[in-house]
Amino acid sequence: MNSEKVPVRVALRDAMAECMREDETVFVMGEDVAHYGGSYKVTEGLHKEFGDKRVIDTPISEMGFGGIGVGAALSGLRPVVEFMTFNFAMQAIDHIINSAAKSSYMSGGEAVCPIVFRGPNGMAAGTGAQHSQCFASWYAHCPGLKVISPYDSHSAKELLKASIKDPDPVVFLEQELMYGEGFALTNEKVEIGKAAVIRKGTDVTLVSFSRMVGFALKAAEECEKLGISCEVVDLRTLRPIDEKTIISSVKKTNRVLAIEEGWAYSGIASEVISIVNEKAWDSLDAEPLRVTAENTLLPYAKNLEELAVPTVEKIINKIKYLTNKI
Amino acid sequence: MPTLFVDKDNKYHKIYKQMLLARKFEEATVQLYREGLIRGFCHPYIGQEAVLIGINSKMQSQDSMITGYRCHAHTIIAGCDPKSVMAELTGRSTGCSKGKGGSMHMFSIKNRFYGGHGIVGAWTSLGTGIGFSHKYKEDNGVCVVFLGDGSSNQGQFFESMNMASLWNLPVLYIIENNGYAIGTSVERSAAGGPLHKRGECFGIDSEEVDGMDVEKMSEAADRGLSIARSGKPYIIEAATYRFRPHSMSDPDKHRSKEEIDKYKALDPISSYEQKCLKNKFMTEDEVKQIKKEVKEIVSESVKFAKESPFPENHEMFEDLYTKSL
Ligand SMILES: Cc1ncc(C[n+]2csc(CCOP(=O)(O)OP(=O)(O)O)c2C)c(N)n1
Ligand SMILES: [Mg+2]
Repeated sequence: MNSEKVPVRVALRDAMAECMREDETVFVMGEDVAHYGGSYKVTEGLHKEFGDKRVIDTPISEMGFGGIGVGAALSGLRPVVEFMTFNFAMQAIDHIINSAAKSSYMSGGEAVCPIVFRGPNGMAAGTGAQHSQCFASWYAHCPGLKVISPYDSHSAKELLKASIKDPDPVVFLEQELMYGEGFALTNEKVEIGKAAVIRKGTDVTLVSFSRMVGFALKAAEECEKLGISCEVVDLRTLRPIDEKTIISSVKKTNRVLAIEEGWAYSGIASEVISIVNEKAWDSLDAEPLRVTAENTLLPYAKNLEELAVPTVEKIINKIKYLTNKI
Repeated sequence: MPTLFVDKDNKYHKIYKQMLLARKFEEATVQLYREGLIRGFCHPYIGQEAVLIGINSKMQSQDSMITGYRCHAHTIIAGCDPKSVMAELTGRSTGCSKGKGGSMHMFSIKNRFYGGHGIVGAWTSLGTGIGFSHKYKEDNGVCVVFLGDGSSNQGQFFESMNMASLWNLPVLYIIENNGYAIGTSVERSAAGGPLHKRGECFGIDSEEVDGMDVEKMSEAADRGLSIARSGKPYIIEAATYRFRPHSMSDPDKHRSKEEIDKYKALDPISSYEQKCLKNKFMTEDEVKQIKKEVKEIVSESVKFAKESPFPENHEMFEDLYTKSL
């Protein structure tokens, strides 16, 4: 494969375009997705190729077009609904949870809802509390949804394609600060529900997803210089979570640090630790720990913003603690 | 499956039979609820039958339908076997949602009936999306979206009307105005003019119809469906009334006996029966025969429900996803 680096944004766009070429029922809707090419340019070029019918600018009516998307999915189409950011999807969360996630179950499997809700999730730079929240644990909490939050371009592309083709509703959480990051596309097989060990190690397992995977990798590099060998697990899918990969890694390293951009309280990292406690307790040599956002809303001022979110340094400190190398 | 609806091509028989079935079926649900066999919320459609059956009488096979929780009659009229609807109400594995949906969540996707929804107003957007599908697939279908007067206050209804009009979607909104959202009357909840005018600012035409008169509903359906089919959403407000409390758990203290009696005197089924007899569209014998058939269908569905098994424990985890994870 070509080792040229492809930005995450382009990988996502290409995933949509490939699916749209293959399947007439796939369409994209959202605010500014067509003529403008997407607020973060993720849908750039799609309108030119696929036209008004399949790339649709909506009014600013998240609840309305969230529901319209679900209705279209229930009646045989495959909508990709872009939220300008997931902060605004709160206006539509009723349709994501009550309409999309529950239709199959409440109909005894008769209603299928092949929809993808996608857009940037998590913190942005200097946008303050209403534009900077990670909703991963909100969606991952609910049976009936599949929830995906990729890190690099290759997994983003493959998982978005898989999500669009998937018969069930998918919440696809991207990260604005990752859109411009370039990664080489590979031949690696990527599947919904499968995590990946993206760096091998022996002393401690770092479990993370989305942008925090990059932080985990950086911390792992630094720790290597200190003689600590970190294994990095990229969850990729948050529901169904890949317990097997987490557990088999922890059984090898005997230590786990879960890292997420969102809050600790009822978070994904808490879930990872519960899984480890319940299924790999005997293999633990140290208490499982988390690095998460601080227990506050994201402040605007740069100095405070930096304090409020996970950093590579915070991760390294916890790794040192876990491996007694403080 | 409902052979009853097609045993004769007589439209008077069919309409009368459908209304009567909707009524008698709901009377049976009221009874089963009292016996403790139906649980939770249960919203009878009694009194409003002419709205659904009038609209349905002009729908074409490619058209689709969606509504809220007052959905038992809609599910049956869409073509779902009354047995499986009663089995669903009683939480049996033979129910149309395998006992996992209950009174408010029933579907018959193969008949293009998309539920049966519990979040007030949410299905107005879903239905608009189904209209979007009809247009996208160019199948010449219309989505008929039933909603209540209370539901017409939800913000997303306005968002949906805006997009339906903007995108020329084949959607027919039927506002079943029964005067109340549980205990809050329309006067105390909706400002401005009549509810059917709520689409006016989006360029959506509308009309108000006597929802106690099945023939007037049917005529309105003709107009509404053909306008919607041409790619212009349309609104019909049906003036109707529910004879029973909002749900089986509603003490119904907010409506006077006089008011209820006034509307009961306008019963859509007995007035249709009288009219058909008077005009010789049906004979006394035919009415009797239809009543007998309906009674049988209802008692069979009750029997079927009562004799059906509850879902097995393992079914609890099934149907969350298309394939088990
Ligand atoms: C979003 C939401 N809010 C409140 C409720 C509770 N609720 C159920 S039915 C109802 C009244 C709806 O009235 P209307 O739309 O007039 O329909 P009707 O019951 O008269 O048929 C309310 C408030 C709900 N199910 N969903
Ligand atoms: Mg009402």
